[in-house]
Amino acid sequence: MVVDAKVENVHRVDVGVGRLIVDGTGAAVELPTRGIGSTERRHDGDEKVTGAAIYAAEAPPVGTLHGVLVGAPVARGQVRSIDARPALAQPGVVQVILPEDMPELGDVFVPPFAMSFIPMTDETVRYEGQPLAIVLAETLEQAEHGAALVAVDIATEEPVTFETGEVSTPVSEGNGYAFSALDTDHGDAEAALADAAAVVEADYVAPSRHHNMMEPSATLAEWRNGELHMHDSTQWTYGIRYALSGLLRMDPGAIHVRCPYTGGGFGAKGYVWPHQLLAPIAARIAGRPVKIAIGRDGCYTGTGYQPVVRSRIRLGAGTDGRLTAIVHETENVTSRFDDYVEFGSAGTRSLYACPNVRTSTRIVSADVNTPTAMRAPHEGPGMFALESAIDELSYDIGMDPLELRLANHAESDPHTGKPFSSNRLRDAYAEGARRFGWDARPPGTRARIEGHKLIGSGMAAAIMSTFRFSSSARVCLASDGTLRVEAGTQEIGTGTRTIFPQIAAERLGISAEGIDMRLGSTELPETGGTFGSSSTISVGSAVAHAADDLHQRLATLAGGEVPPRDQWADLLSRNGIAELIGEGGFTLPGEAAFDAHGGAGAHFMATWGAVFVEVEVDEGLGLARLRRCVACYSAGRILNPVTARSQMIGGIIWGVGRALLEESAMDPRYGRYVSKNLSGVHLPINADIPQDIDVAFIDEHDPHASAIGVRGIGELGEVGVAAAIANAVYHATGRRVRDLPIKFEHLIG
Amino acid sequence: MENFRYQSAATLDAALAAAANGATVAAGTSELINWMRLGITAPNGLVDISRIDALRGVRQDGDSLVIGALTTLNEVGLSEAVRDGAPVLAEAALKAASAQLRNRATLGGNVLQRTRCPYFRAEAVTDARMPWPCNKRVAGSGCAARDMPYSRAAIFGWTDACVATQPSDPVVALAALDAVADIDGPDGPRQIAMTDFHLAQEDGGAERETRLSPGELILRYRVPVDAAARGSVYLKVRERESYEYAMVSAAVCLDHADGVIRSARVALGSVAQKPWRLLQAEGALAGTPLDEAAVQAVMNGAMEAARPLPGQDWKPRLAANAAARAVLMAGGMV
Repeated sequence: MVVDAKVENVHRVDVGVGRLIVDGTGAAVELPTRGIGSTERRHDGDEKVTGAAIYAAEAPPVGTLHGVLVGAPVARGQVRSIDARPALAQPGVVQVILPEDMPELGDVFVPPFAMSFIPMTDETVRYEGQPLAIVLAETLEQAEHGAALVAVDIATEEPVTFETGEVSTPVSEGNGYAFSALDTDHGDAEAALADAAAVVEADYVAPSRHHNMMEPSATLAEWRNGELHMHDSTQWTYGIRYALSGLLRMDPGAIHVRCPYTGGGFGAKGYVWPHQLLAPIAARIAGRPVKIAIGRDGCYTGTGYQPVVRSRIRLGAGTDGRLTAIVHETENVTSRFDDYVEFGSAGTRSLYACPNVRTSTRIVSADVNTPTAMRAPHEGPGMFALESAIDELSYDIGMDPLELRLANHAESDPHTGKPFSSNRLRDAYAEGARRFGWDARPPGTRARIEGHKLIGSGMAAAIMSTFRFSSSARVCLASDGTLRVEAGTQEIGTGTRTIFPQIAAERLGISAEGIDMRLGSTELPETGGTFGSSSTISVGSAVAHAADDLHQRLATLAGGEVPPRDQWADLLSRNGIAELIGEGGFTLPGEAAFDAHGGAGAHFMATWGAVFVEVEVDEGLGLARLRRCVACYSAGRILNPVTARSQMIGGIIWGVGRALLEESAMDPRYGRYVSKNLSGVHLPINADIPQDIDVAFIDEHDPHASAIGVRGIGELGEVGVAAAIANAVYHATGRRVRDLPIKFEHLIG
Repeated sequence: MENFRYQSAATLDAALAAAANGATVAAGTSELINWMRLGITAPNGLVDISRIDALRGVRQDGDSLVIGALTTLNEVGLSEAVRDGAPVLAEAALKAASAQLRNRATLGGNVLQRTRCPYFRAEAVTDARMPWPCNKRVAGSGCAARDMPYSRAAIFGWTDACVATQPSDPVVALAALDAVADIDGPDGPRQIAMTDFHLAQEDGGAERETRLSPGELILRYRVPVDAAARGSVYLKVRERESYEYAMVSAAVCLDHADGVIRSARVALGSVAQKPWRLLQAEGALAGTPLDEAAVQAVMNGAMEAARPLPGQDWKPRLAANAAARAVLMAGGMV
């Protein structure tokens, strides 16, 4: 066996943390050696990279049947018949569940269930891959083969897709996906555009893309004594409980969801998808546990995707660069049965100080599955459009792109008029520009040539909504003195097993070492889902309050001062207490279960960033590659600089994919994705990513968004990257690309 | 995937006998397993030839390199003899697939991989489940890729029945090197030039992709080493930097002196269902100065015969640019 390390680019990771957190002058902030803000190593890193971690569906009980869904081979039509006999004749095939076997279902709540249409409940095919039957067999291979042999007769109709569908206004009332106003209108944008000295008007398209997480969704349903046990790879344990309790008409307490690890999700595992309903139904009918792992091709139809967003932007500005009008109109594709709304203008509403801003949000209903949130939802596709248009304006009026943004910086939220809970975007611009060397950038295009390569640099602002969920947590002190943090939340790779003990440690004034974390279960205190960059802000605040509560109980037990850590076990035994439990909750204004942008509170909340990139373009070969990136963020307090840095680098790489590689192309004739595998969909790999990705956070403490000074970071890292790269490609070549991803045909000379 | 019979061949004779009896030959299996899972093939029996040591390794034979069919892509790429005598083949081998796959995939199997056209590679274990027409999957059904702006479609040699390309990297190098494959099978041993091994659709239709007959096996390749082979390069152009098939690739063997090209052999990859030698351009390059404009002009001329699908006009341009760039690289000009 030959190892050829030298032929691949080796991506050496510099985990130096010297300048990760900086103050407004660019000076490095010294990091604490323990507790919040320290560079605590990932607690579950070893078990994940060595394979010791056992994921939810990896340990099926003896007797588990493998379920494989028979997906509709066409996007639209009526099922005439389904013949399961060829499958049932195969060895190992135990049963084929057909629509007539389905029980009567209760209410569907969207979300947490991802779609209002439940497959296998009528004869209509509404999207390609829609489950029509479930084949149950002793082995996966037998079930797959059986599923291939189920004969499905469909009267096929011509599908409608984004390309051929009509634009309409989504339903907002009773639509769980319309959590924000569809349209906004301040001032008179049309009049301001008519009077503007400079106008930019252009359409931008960010294509549909799938999550392509490492672990495709998998679920294992087991009935014990009339109660349902779901072992699932999810971003929201409680979401599964709520969705299934409505549909299966069960007491929520009789549904137990367990999720030890989530092998990535990026939004695909946030809501509950048909296989997570069909597995327990099949298990109940078969009288045996049923595991359904949807596989890689299942990721393209069995869960959602970020829908294509077409943005029409119109900007008006004076010769001084001050924006006088912003119009951002978006359209996204959605299914016929759910008006899923991708708020492409979410960032546009709040980023720039401009008196006349109008936004609108429209949909194109088509014969496709329902979309879902994907890192970064809303601002991800939308800010590509706005920040590209701002760059176009900068060339039109001859103003540096950074100067133009500074000239329009908003000091309070232009949409709601509320003050920001905290916003250090100005500092992020300055620090990013300093680290990048923005001052040395030549203003014109095609200014830097190295052999066959044109070198250009570009920048973009980033803004991401702050989402919060009411959450609860416990911090438990056992009689042997060990400490345990407990919350129902999930670990999706972001480091929650590491930072929640850090939070508890700091509040208790002790080291995080040896503090255990239990998560991923509906037997633990309820939290929101691991999405919307919300876990740290929501669960972290609950953990802090729980630790405070435990601290208070310890003080009460001790009769005043809390003794040193090594005396806590004695304190409990002296008082005959087996376990001392601190409980904490994070609540939202108006007792809301969820809010966005600060909700009913007095402050507007979002996170901000400034992204600077350098690209090289080889026009002869039609190739653009990222050379380096500097990204600086205003995102509240940073709990763990190294796990935070990892998240931002991951987000930036995600953005490189959006800019240069990724697209889930659909063949409109068939309403089917052209490639339902990783061979036909390009994701960035190590060799595409430069070592030189410099991430920094402004030292910040947000007093309003949470109990611990934080906002959220997970999605922010992706925002702005695609625009910065497209802007750098323009700077390098003079070629403006408004349809992502940037391809050979856009660049070739 | 259905159950199948597996047998391991200890000797070449045993392998040939099994193959003659209809067993599907398995070497690295990195591609065969894909076919079986996607429903492209459902063999009744496999004969595993991976333990036949006589088919492995690189050796010098006079002015030629002899490379066994079971030599892995990494072994080819890291072989000193190949790197010295035919660097284009070493580079092509190392730019294929990923490090893990290259440890498994063999040079014999690599040229027998099939097109990456996503319409061909649809997940469909039975014909009835094919979501769209594909003449390679269901003969006579049509070609769904023909009327789409499918960027990896052929620009040479295609017909309305099929627009697929052959995605192998090493085969482009082997064609530029004028390598020959030693074959054995039911009708006895024979040789096939690697420029003729594959068939474009205009020669073999949608279904017949190589000149290999049923039951035949590739034993080894013979690569003549001349000055042009020693001065050869492989340029692979693709969306991402690694673990990706070529959009276009160019293999160039170049002999030059005093800034003038003496002789050149140029093959393009991923533009047809076979490595596409630019024979006229090769003739025109002899005596041409190693100058960007002159070389580019020759390659632009070579693309006049290209037939891109609608919306793919950029692809012949990319192919011409890649070929010109590879010549300049071989000439030390880049």
